[in-house]
Amino acid sequence: MKADPRGVLTGTHFIDGDHACCEGALAAGARFSAGYPITPSTEIVERFASRVPTVGGTFIQMEDELAASITLQGAVWGGAKAFTVTSGPGFSLMMEHIGYAVMTETPCVFVDVQRGGPSTGLPTLPAQADMMQARWGSHGDYEIIALCPNSPQECFDLTIKAFNLAEEFRVPVMFMMDEVVGHMTEKVVIPPADQIDVVPRRHTHKSVDDYLPYETNGDQVPEMAHAGEGYKFHVTGLTHDERGYPNMTPPVQDKLVRRLQSKIRDAADRIALFEEEQLEGADVVVISYGITSRVAQRAIEAAREQGLRVGKLRLITAWPFPEKKIHELATNIKAFVVPELNLGQMVREVERAAAGQAKTFAVSHAGGGVHNPNDILKVIVEASR
Amino acid sequence: MAKGRVSVVVERCKACGFCVEFCPSHVLALSSAFNSKGYHPPHVVHPEKCSGCDLCGMYCPDFAIFATKVKPASGGEK
Amino acid sequence: MTDNLIPGILNNDVVNPVEPFLRSDRIPHIWCPGCGIGTTVNSFARALIESKIDLQSLALVSGIGCTGRVAGYVQLDSFHTTHGRAIPFATGLKLANPKLNVVVYSGDGDLSAIGGNHLIHAARRNIDLKVICVNNLIYAMTGGQTAPTTPDDSITSTNPYGVFEPSFNLPHLVEAAGAVYVARWTTFHVRQLARSISEAFQKKGFSFIEVISPCPTLYQRRNKLGDGLDTMKYYKEKSKVRHGAPTSEVGLTMTGEIVVGKFVDRDRPDYQTLMRSQFVHSLGERFVEQAEMVCS
Repeated sequence: MKADPRGVLTGTHFIDGDHACCEGALAAGARFSAGYPITPSTEIVERFASRVPTVGGTFIQMEDELAASITLQGAVWGGAKAFTVTSGPGFSLMMEHIGYAVMTETPCVFVDVQRGGPSTGLPTLPAQADMMQARWGSHGDYEIIALCPNSPQECFDLTIKAFNLAEEFRVPVMFMMDEVVGHMTEKVVIPPADQIDVVPRRHTHKSVDDYLPYETNGDQVPEMAHAGEGYKFHVTGLTHDERGYPNMTPPVQDKLVRRLQSKIRDAADRIALFEEEQLEGADVVVISYGITSRVAQRAIEAAREQGLRVGKLRLITAWPFPEKKIHELATNIKAFVVPELNLGQMVREVERAAAGQAKTFAVSHAGGGVHNPNDILKVIVEASR
Repeated sequence: MAKGRVSVVVERCKACGFCVEFCPSHVLALSSAFNSKGYHPPHVVHPEKCSGCDLCGMYCPDFAIFATKVKPASGGEK
Repeated sequence: MTDNLIPGILNNDVVNPVEPFLRSDRIPHIWCPGCGIGTTVNSFARALIESKIDLQSLALVSGIGCTGRVAGYVQLDSFHTTHGRAIPFATGLKLANPKLNVVVYSGDGDLSAIGGNHLIHAARRNIDLKVICVNNLIYAMTGGQTAPTTPDDSITSTNPYGVFEPSFNLPHLVEAAGAVYVARWTTFHVRQLARSISEAFQKKGFSFIEVISPCPTLYQRRNKLGDGLDTMKYYKEKSKVRHGAPTSEVGLTMTGEIVVGKFVDRDRPDYQTLMRSQFVHSLGERFVEQAEMVCS
């Protein structure tokens, strides 16, 4: 289905990543947000608060992130596409409710504009140190989808993608920005609404008598209904069966939790997005994401000028992690170089997927700024030996 | 002729005693019978006094008892 | 005459008035003998019948705890959410679909401890929610820990030598925060409770109905206060109906007087009314009414 033109600010804009993300949400059909201010994400909902009453929707600033992260889910069950935005400390507070969205299969988007941590850390400065938290932050077993834009344009385009993936898989999608991408101002082209594809709510067509809220019919994602339509369904965070009723036994747990994982894992190839460059014949492949990918580009080019054969793999989907791709690459290359604005997070996944077939070099950074490209270049050179 | 009639869902009862205590007409008492969980459900000891007010039903936390009004038919109680 | 029955239905079609509101396939429920939660559900069902509420547009949201299990037993669009967060979830539901009648049905610990912040903000904003707070003065589901409502000197599992903290007076708290309808009853007051719930349905704004209820397994037992029936008799004997009483005067003690009644019934514009009028005033023609959100 095509985007609703009322939410699409068609045109060429000069805006930052935060603002572009807000426009992406509106273009995707989001008409509800519940938020709580936290630097450097606040501008996204400030803009939404300003735009949404002219488009036909609601924004509410809640009293804390605990409330914001569940209010948006109430809105989803009331029929809206909804999202919230936050940064590290708020992301931590939202974890219980991210788990609730996973368990109840509530489609929604959580935007984390990453900043220095841990704790209050560096509110106005970048980091990429929430990447593992995005995957493992809530308790229990689950699979998640996480996207990493590296430009304001991608903040627009990939936000739409995030909403589409959320609806398709009935899962909360983590939109992992960083403070630099959020605050950098670049050209953002917003196309006409009829050129934007949005995935509609996976709403049931079954009658009230036949519908079971967590029954799957062939594929692994159940159909949804909204409150007020007469289905009188029950939703709970307790382990539940197809009727949505609590059923706290090992067989039901096994069936449910495995399906929550496999509905995403089995589609990992389809979900995985990355940008590749010169992987053929490469000795070293630089894997990066977000703002670091832009810095790494300088290092990669400098290395190539020195005659080194360096490929680039930019992660656009960080989760599910493209294990297969890394595993295949590992058999053909000498080493991976993984610069990140953290002390080693996605690099662990690279190492794991490489399974010893290629060396893995981290280029760590505690956060607060971006890498010096020379620091990345140094490691590329070392990895090439 | 009783105005009301009590129905008991024996298997749901947990013998809390609310219905017996709060029936304004003292129609009920706990029986000596057991349900399968080992509780003594109530039984009607004064059926003629039942007004069908359904206070027993309103008090019952287990949805195990209720009273309905009997239609005054020509032949008497159903 | 007494009959053995399959749930609710006699062979001459006599039905328990509460049965159509229950998920009969899940009864018997998990609540203890003498627990009052089921009794409150009867009053709730009666209120739905009397108010002629359209059940299709009624949604019920609960939190975690014994009372939180109500959501799973009622035949309505029902949401069993996280501990303390029924009110913000309900807020989202209501804002996305203003046509819904949204009831929050949860316990004292869920609503006033972990959920306390959300309780006061929703009351402040006057969100159009009907909150039924079953107050058994304890954290029952988890084995009888102290709640903010547990009266002075009570023995609980986390205050084994007796509670020494002052406890919340919920009607006072909620009135101060801004609720437009505040009432308290006990599980003895089944008809009055049903009437209060019906009244709340007629009001727009944040309504709060506290229902004092026995927890014979934990609160009453640990404090040697008898069983559920003893507690109901205590409610009957020691409750005093004082409509309009100042909420500052309705605090509870372990064995003292229980002031019940309708304490607050006032009118204030609800959140959505305020929001809409602000936008109309500031944006004029640029304001776009929230369309039906249903996206499919």
